[in-house]
Amino acid sequence: MNSHYISITEAERAEMLAAIGVADTADLFVDIPAEKRFPTLDLPAPLSEPELVRELLAMSGQNAHALNQSIFLGAGAYNHFVPAAVDQILRRGEFFTAYTPYQPEISQGTLQSIFEYQSLICSLTGMEIANASHYDGATAIAEAAIMALNVVRGRRKIVVARNVNPQYRAVLRTYLQALDATVTGDESPDAGIDDALALVDDQTALLIVQNPDFLGRLHDLRGLAAQVQAKGALLCVHFDPISLGLFQTPGELGADIATAEGQPLGIGLNFGGPYLGIFTTKQKYVHKIAGRIVGITKDVDGQLAYVLTLRAREQDIRRERATSNICTNQALMALAATVYMSLMGKQGMRKVAELCYHRAHYAATEIAKLPGYRLLGDGPFFKEFAVGLPRPAAEVNAALRAQGIVGGFDLSADEPQFGNAMLLAVTEMNSRADIDRLVGVLRDVG
Amino acid sequence: MSHNVPAELRYSKSDEWVRTEGDELVIGVSDFAQDQLGDIVYLELPKVGQILAPGDSFGVIESVKASSDLYAPVGGEVVAVNGDLESSQEAINQDPYGAGWLIRVRPSGAEEELLDAEAYAVFCADRAH
Repeated sequence: MNSHYISITEAERAEMLAAIGVADTADLFVDIPAEKRFPTLDLPAPLSEPELVRELLAMSGQNAHALNQSIFLGAGAYNHFVPAAVDQILRRGEFFTAYTPYQPEISQGTLQSIFEYQSLICSLTGMEIANASHYDGATAIAEAAIMALNVVRGRRKIVVARNVNPQYRAVLRTYLQALDATVTGDESPDAGIDDALALVDDQTALLIVQNPDFLGRLHDLRGLAAQVQAKGALLCVHFDPISLGLFQTPGELGADIATAEGQPLGIGLNFGGPYLGIFTTKQKYVHKIAGRIVGITKDVDGQLAYVLTLRAREQDIRRERATSNICTNQALMALAATVYMSLMGKQGMRKVAELCYHRAHYAATEIAKLPGYRLLGDGPFFKEFAVGLPRPAAEVNAALRAQGIVGGFDLSADEPQFGNAMLLAVTEMNSRADIDRLVGVLRDVG
Repeated sequence: MSHNVPAELRYSKSDEWVRTEGDELVIGVSDFAQDQLGDIVYLELPKVGQILAPGDSFGVIESVKASSDLYAPVGGEVVAVNGDLESSQEAINQDPYGAGWLIRVRPSGAEEELLDAEAYAVFCADRAH
């Protein structure tokens, strides 16, 4: 049983066998029936490296991916452009293989990149503080609820609007199931933000709304924070980071907490993950939040230095009194978002938002003209819109797939009251030709 | 390092001190406690009116490196809370028996087993290696 991957010598092997009183290595496997010990695997003959490369390329060449497909699917993860610089910086060994920066002496690069991430997120959202990130938007919302239950003592009710992504609402309930807390506000298909607000009372710790919402609709949330805070509760606004290139920030709205799925910021679709949980709040709540926080300070020589701070909040220090079991962040994805935001800058973020806004509106206008199709809702929207269909979404999507187009999110499971319907997303990656082709296929299907 | 252990106070084994002032008791954490904890950064204290039993946790004290419960050495009703500490927690490190007081209590009579200054000093010396 010799292999150049096993580093022990014959002498060492003999010594170990003697120590455990076994005569031969084969004797260690006597409990496995003889006929099962060395089964025939029937593998093909080994290939040389060039042959292997050719075979694997033939397989991967069959993949449909974001750059060779026309994608109109969103519902929480979006086909936005990932600049080449993002991958180049992420792949640097110093970032790619770095562990959590517990030792600031050897981690200033990692710590600084996280500090820059936190700063850029505050700049983007107008919020006072950001943590180093959570796993994804869904768990960021869950942490907001747990935080609110700790900030507003004695209150056990979380009100969540129906317009929040249904998967996030499900994750929220999963997270809170072992806590003495109730989640309500989204039970009725027709419930809007006003209905959720009406449920906010002196037992409510938090109201959670999403804007633009799950169906892409934009809401005027001015004054909402004051109404919620007047009842002694907190307001969490779940936003789309790209939308902040154009629209009012959660900070301007006076939100107590603002969360988001950061995937649109330079992170690919990645088969559903890893993604990025953006979490921001007010400075006065900093002791109550979960997650890593990087701070800036001076070392013993008076030089600028970065360090993980307010560590006594975290479970590895505070144990059973911690507000969350999370004591990590999504470092590499936060770095991707940081590179993306740095490359785009204020002007670039605005430009991407404009492209998404205008292209989605162009698509919606053209689809609305098709017989059998109707736009669901007539208010302002950003990047996504729900469409009533002449046939079930699954059929429409099959027809689109046959034309190399990935269609919208089938709404029949989550919003059955719409009948046959799908949620279509349009980003800067969908050219006008793409959109015209989509409209053409939809016309033929209808 | 020797710690300040004022003779007129009584002490709990969880490092709180008790001072009698008229018919109220003043409670804080000892010099040994603040030294072990390091720089205090955050406190959670009870509300006035809260009823405590001996041994109840009445709050949390957090330093840069640790987070600890505060335990009531006596039972009673909280009649005052040191609000100044919200913006100047360092008073606990600098003056744990004076400006660093945490709460005032109208005692119910029930008490944990408390040590006098001499016994507490020995108790600290045994722990601080």
